[in-house]
Amino acid sequence: MTLIGWAQIALVLAAIVAAAIPLARYIAAVAAGRITFLAPVERAIYAAGGIDPARGMGWKGYTLAMLAANLAGFLLLYALLRLQGVLPLNPQGFDGLSPWLAFNTAISFVTNTNWQAYSGEAAMSYLSQMAGLSVQNFLSAATGIALALALCRAFAGGGLKGLGNFWADFVRVNLYVLVPLAVIVGLAFVALGMPQTLASYVEATTLEGGTQTIPLGPAAFQIAIKHLGTNGGGFFGVNAAHPFEGPSALATSLQIWSHQVIPFALALTFGHIVRDIRQGWALLAVMLAFVVAGTWIVYAAEAAGNPLHIAAGVDPAQGNMEGKEVRFGLALGALFVATTTGASCGAVNLMHDSLMPLGGLVPLFLIQLGEVLPGGVGSGLYGMIVFVLLAVFVAGLMVGRTPEYLGKKVQAREIKLAMLAVLVLPAAILGFTAVSVVLPVATASIQDKGPHGLSEMLYAYTSAAGNNGSAFGGLTADTPWMNTTLGIAMALGRFAYIVPMMAIAGSIAAKPKLAASTGTFPTHGPLFVGLLAGVILILGGLQFMPALALGPVAEHFVLAAGKTF
Amino acid sequence: MDMTPAIPAGEARRATRGGALLSGPIVRRAALDAFAKLDPRRLVRNPVIFVTEVVAILVTVLAVRALALGQPWSFQAGIALWLWLTVLFATFAEAVAEGRGRAQAESLRRARTETRAKLLLRADDRTLWQPRAATKLRVGDLVLVEAGDLIPSDGEVVEGIASVNEAAVTGESAPVIRESGGDRSAVTGGTLVVSDWIVARITAAPGSTFLDRMISLVEGASRQKTPNEIALDILLAGMTIIFLIAVATLVGLASWNGQPPSIAVLAALLVTLIPTTIGGLLSAIGIAGMDRLVRFNVLATSGRAVEAAGDVDVLLLDKTGTITLGNRQAAGFIPVPGVTERDVAEAAVLSSLADETPEGRSILAFAKERHGIEAPALPDGARVIPFTAQTRISGLDLVQGSYRKGAVDALVRSLGGEAPAAMREAVDRIARAGGTPLAVAKDGRLLGAIELKDIVKTGMRARFDALRRMGIRTVMVTGDNRLTAAAIAAEAGVDDFIAEATPEDKLAYIRRAQAEGRLVAMAGDGTNDAPALAQADVGLAMQTGTQAAREAGNMVDLDSDPTKLIEVVEIGKQLLITRGALTTFSIANDVAKYFAILPAIFVASYPELGALNVMALASPGSAILSAVIFNALIIVALVPLALRGVRYVPVGAAALLRRNLLIYGLGGIVAPFIGIKLIDVILVVLGLA
Repeated sequence: MTLIGWAQIALVLAAIVAAAIPLARYIAAVAAGRITFLAPVERAIYAAGGIDPARGMGWKGYTLAMLAANLAGFLLLYALLRLQGVLPLNPQGFDGLSPWLAFNTAISFVTNTNWQAYSGEAAMSYLSQMAGLSVQNFLSAATGIALALALCRAFAGGGLKGLGNFWADFVRVNLYVLVPLAVIVGLAFVALGMPQTLASYVEATTLEGGTQTIPLGPAAFQIAIKHLGTNGGGFFGVNAAHPFEGPSALATSLQIWSHQVIPFALALTFGHIVRDIRQGWALLAVMLAFVVAGTWIVYAAEAAGNPLHIAAGVDPAQGNMEGKEVRFGLALGALFVATTTGASCGAVNLMHDSLMPLGGLVPLFLIQLGEVLPGGVGSGLYGMIVFVLLAVFVAGLMVGRTPEYLGKKVQAREIKLAMLAVLVLPAAILGFTAVSVVLPVATASIQDKGPHGLSEMLYAYTSAAGNNGSAFGGLTADTPWMNTTLGIAMALGRFAYIVPMMAIAGSIAAKPKLAASTGTFPTHGPLFVGLLAGVILILGGLQFMPALALGPVAEHFVLAAGKTF
Repeated sequence: MDMTPAIPAGEARRATRGGALLSGPIVRRAALDAFAKLDPRRLVRNPVIFVTEVVAILVTVLAVRALALGQPWSFQAGIALWLWLTVLFATFAEAVAEGRGRAQAESLRRARTETRAKLLLRADDRTLWQPRAATKLRVGDLVLVEAGDLIPSDGEVVEGIASVNEAAVTGESAPVIRESGGDRSAVTGGTLVVSDWIVARITAAPGSTFLDRMISLVEGASRQKTPNEIALDILLAGMTIIFLIAVATLVGLASWNGQPPSIAVLAALLVTLIPTTIGGLLSAIGIAGMDRLVRFNVLATSGRAVEAAGDVDVLLLDKTGTITLGNRQAAGFIPVPGVTERDVAEAAVLSSLADETPEGRSILAFAKERHGIEAPALPDGARVIPFTAQTRISGLDLVQGSYRKGAVDALVRSLGGEAPAAMREAVDRIARAGGTPLAVAKDGRLLGAIELKDIVKTGMRARFDALRRMGIRTVMVTGDNRLTAAAIAAEAGVDDFIAEATPEDKLAYIRRAQAEGRLVAMAGDGTNDAPALAQADVGLAMQTGTQAAREAGNMVDLDSDPTKLIEVVEIGKQLLITRGALTTFSIANDVAKYFAILPAIFVASYPELGALNVMALASPGSAILSAVIFNALIIVALVPLALRGVRYVPVGAAALLRRNLLIYGLGGIVAPFIGIKLIDVILVVLGLA
């Protein structure tokens, strides 16, 4: 680790927090309907959809509207992927996707996971990329943010009936937050050298006289929303490590900024909506602490290098450069790893499969902790609040009152729903992994023997259920078993979590808002930040310890002993 | 044979108050009950311990099977033994808590002897009655109770007046007056009429009288889980399911590279990870909380009310008797010009010689304390002028002169003159300070004023400060005018007051506070308090109060001391803190257990994972057994804490949280490292590892 490296990390994180502050205020204004510069467009959409944006929805109405929108998005995308061979804007003449792959990909993009069992430049037509995947990048991100706003509102007042109007939130988040930011960031990406063209791939003659096909496409703007919406699905197969998708250290820094700024801002937006910004800062502090800690572990593990390589004569000062891009270096690589997995983005600028065992443990664990650090756009905040409710419930009793958060009593109903939500991740991750390391049809996908092989499978289901989308690339993902089970894991991780979470929102909203006193459990300040971090680690992380011990932890000690498989 | 009727019951309860936590008979009985509670149909109410029992059965079967097949069985048997002990310790904790309550119930039950009631056949003729068993009485029946009779059931006095010994329920053997009308009309079944007679209308059906409810409450028989307990149960059940998933999937995960762990090992891992500590102690904590309240002579109608007490933000306290001593007391003698203070004091003493009111007594006491004036015995031939509502003057005519004291305006008018300016000033000053002025005269000459003051009970200001640190506002309720109320409020250090309070004012104040999102507690005794008691989140009714008040409140104070509202709040808080502290401790324990068990389980597949054995436990077998033993013993070790409750210190929530997180959170992480290592060392020394 170097000082320069840490300076890069600090600079990017500072830029994220600095931008999150005004953005948070702006998103709160959008949520309140106070931003209207595209009012004619907004009105036209409402008129076309027969939507009354002022009509409040209860949690059931809001959730059903969200599910309807997502189901429609899934069916349209599935159809588009299957039919891309006969549709226009397909200069390379790609065939339609297989049913398994189309199912997996459609779910993947609807759930904001962007797990890619395909390689973009070898499978996707421009129409599929632009009208299918790009559009879903916007819609799935807007879905997450809208849901988070609904949950924020539940804490804002007492005895509330409605959580807002899903359609209005959905439209406004797209129009006023995602589209403008994507335009700005997309233009910056074009300036930094990413392609944005509908021309077909270029044939080039290499110095040795061979021919090389150089893929192009409408990449820059899709990459902008891929990061801003914490989607993570790369335009090209190797994602942000590709020279066109991550041309420079500056570009990769801007990508990190892009997939962190909205999740961090939303924590503060929560503070604005509940009219106590300190609450937002407390959540942000927890998120930031984990990002920094995760970055530190990855950076340290990679900078220490691989003992086997060093024994073979590689310069130890290099660190472990396997699978990494020289133009980014270890520091920005480590920061990218921690942020992309902490934020449920899943884009990569280095190959996670090539990380040192402890370096690979970090992304696994950050996803397993529930994608709340800072988590996906919207989903990070609502996941974090579920943890807050559990933290307040367990430790809040210790001040001698029945637990409450922001004046709302946390009672049996909320705890039941929160536990239902928290159950989804271990059930999906551990359940599918345990089956898939035993079934021959699944184990055929695993590349490596020993603990790393287990890690590959564990990472796949972790990434899917956590709606992250990154992978240990050694795994062969495009098989019927993997496509189907990963698709199910993605759907569970998204919707089986959202429904109880929204039921919590409905229940919280209806409760009276109690006044705070010095006898009230303070939910801001360092003590609460530490408590929340501890609860996330213990309630969110302990159940994964046995699996992690058999995967990356075992690999670490085995490797240290000089053993390979 | 024990022939003593009602009285010992309450006294027995008082005797157990503050007594040893665990006495021999209770522990012996609890040890037996602990086995009875192993019945899975009963245990299923407690998901964590139920899962432990299922796992214990499974491992027992495996151990027996191994024994039968001639395979190695001692490890499995050891695990099985300690899993059973885990379950037993949990049921034992509950049985001990119940046993302590039962000891009290036994003493109460003696009061509920089969009584024959005198059922009146006609409301207007109390000579015409027929005997009827108390258990056959119906609500609305009129019964005659005469001196020496036990009151057959709860009721309302409709006619007559009697002194009643209520020791059976209150433990207080001095008789109290019960009469029709007013605020002292409620009578309790099982109490004894000592003199005179009353006619009472029965208000409780057989089996649901106050005494019945009290017995079932202290026994825990009618105990239902409280809302917070239910929520906590759900959390614990959820965590149990999560760890079930984590352990069950290990079968698949571990077989990727090596052999999956044996069932006994997985069972050990599961039981140490699921929150057995809090799961085993949860119901004991609840029962003990209720029990603390009962020992404190307060009965709550439900555990819900005790929890609500912990949440209270606003306390409504009556001024008289709660904040101030019941009566006004002399606090100063103020002479008019030309008269010495001692002259006023002497005249005041002589005019009060025949005054038996507390105010009069306080004048004598104050004069003695301040001026060393000994009150003489009432001389023969003295003529006593009694106080009447018309004259508002009292006094004494003696040989050496006539002494008068009374309301200032009345006495001045009777003297036929105007009060001097200095006197008027003194009177105004006294009134402004919240006191009551009396005028004193000798032989028709005004000497000065006596200042009577409400005396704030000692220590009240400190208690209100403590409450404020807990985030609780205190509100004084008084019939005094605003000026007086403000002065006393300032002296006592309450946060707010309601002056010239009517029952409607109290109700309105409570509703307003609740609308602002605050929880309100109040104490009351009169019928007109009933609406406010019902409206308040915690309503503490006085045992001496009316039936209406007792029905409206959700707690009854058998000592009829409204000050106890403060302690009730503290007991409520203590209950919740104990629950939270042990939950935190239980969950934090898991970290160390992982460090004990995970390397032990996986060291066969990956010998390098031995590096995680930071406690340097002797062998995989001893590591797993040590963790299981620690997990079982910690339940027993924490039983006293669960029964006694975590100490409550009235500091702000932030400080309290920091303190408890440090002790139970951090302590919960560290303690098992030490404990498990210690057990491992002992196992090695004993040659069991």
